[in-house]
Amino acid sequence: MSNKPSPSNWPKWFDPRRREAGSWAFILNRLSALGLTFYLFLHLIVLGTLAQGEAAYDNFLETIHNPLFILGELVVIVGAVYHGLNGLRVGLTSFGIGVSVQKQLFYITLAITAVVAVFFAVRMFS
Amino acid sequence: MINEWKITLKIYRQKGQEPPHYDTFELEVNPDEYVLDAIERVWAFRDRSLTFAHACHHSTCGACGMRVNDVEKLTCITPIRSVVANGGVLKVDPMRNFPVVSDLVVDLGSLYQRMDQVGHRSVLPLGEEPAPHPAAAPAPEDLQALRLADCIECGLCISACPVATTTPAYLGPAVLAGAQQHGLNGDLKLLELVDSDSGVWRCHSAFECTAVCPSNVDPARRIMDLRRQVIGARIARFFGRG
Repeated sequence: MSNKPSPSNWPKWFDPRRREAGSWAFILNRLSALGLTFYLFLHLIVLGTLAQGEAAYDNFLETIHNPLFILGELVVIVGAVYHGLNGLRVGLTSFGIGVSVQKQLFYITLAITAVVAVFFAVRMFS
Repeated sequence: MINEWKITLKIYRQKGQEPPHYDTFELEVNPDEYVLDAIERVWAFRDRSLTFAHACHHSTCGACGMRVNDVEKLTCITPIRSVVANGGVLKVDPMRNFPVVSDLVVDLGSLYQRMDQVGHRSVLPLGEEPAPHPAAAPAPEDLQALRLADCIECGLCISACPVATTTPAYLGPAVLAGAQQHGLNGDLKLLELVDSDSGVWRCHSAFECTAVCPSNVDPARRIMDLRRQVIGARIARFFGRG
């Protein structure tokens, strides 16, 4: 019968329609976690070019020095800041601290993340 | 004169193993009626094969939980004007995370069994369940008087929980709130049940349960409090005091 729980329903985690602020926080937390995990592997691959010598590494750095990769780095910074701050929020509320103001804590998390994003965007693109 | 709206009621239909579909009904309604009234009107005058659950019509029995325009609602206390505009579409689905029995009826058996398993009490002394408003606080001489528990076991919180969507093993917000209401109190069996992959640690803090709860239970807060109880019990047991 329909509507039963199933592991195949996991894409529904990312459906924000008709959801409350807590779910948006949950969805962004999962997306940023997946993004950071992906970046970690990418980072290790990049560091692996060091094993091919200084020239290979410098060559690689030359390649990624373009706006697209800088935008990618900005996304990583924003994702890390959000994930870290929301982690504090989840950590506090998980033990009963600030449960009644969890929405406000989420909005503060978003506001700080936005300020950090603008700060780094200006620095990285100017 | 009664203010009449025209709405389209779009109702989820599923019988047996047939694939689900929606039936639509054009209705004239008083916007101050409740969603359940509109569903009953369809059953009474349009389609007697429509199946839905209801009983008390005043949010005590918890039988009429459904998804109204994709949000979990107790339909007997959800005014039509709060969920649709004149001329709009009112979509009604059965709750998520429970097997559909027929149309809008789901099988809540797993919820009831688990509530029993954790020792949730449907009736308890006034002094044990904090009053929602200070003005409603009982007088000291009434603290032992009995009242119905806040949780009406409607299942809306489990339907709204994104974690419950993926794993049937997860006890779910109502059950964990029931365990918190019961209290661990040295109950090792209950401790093992809630301190598990399918217990308090499975919750990912989406807080949807509290958002949709129609009955002041605040399951999210209770889950967080149960976590503190679990940690306290584990520490006590580590030092040989549990």
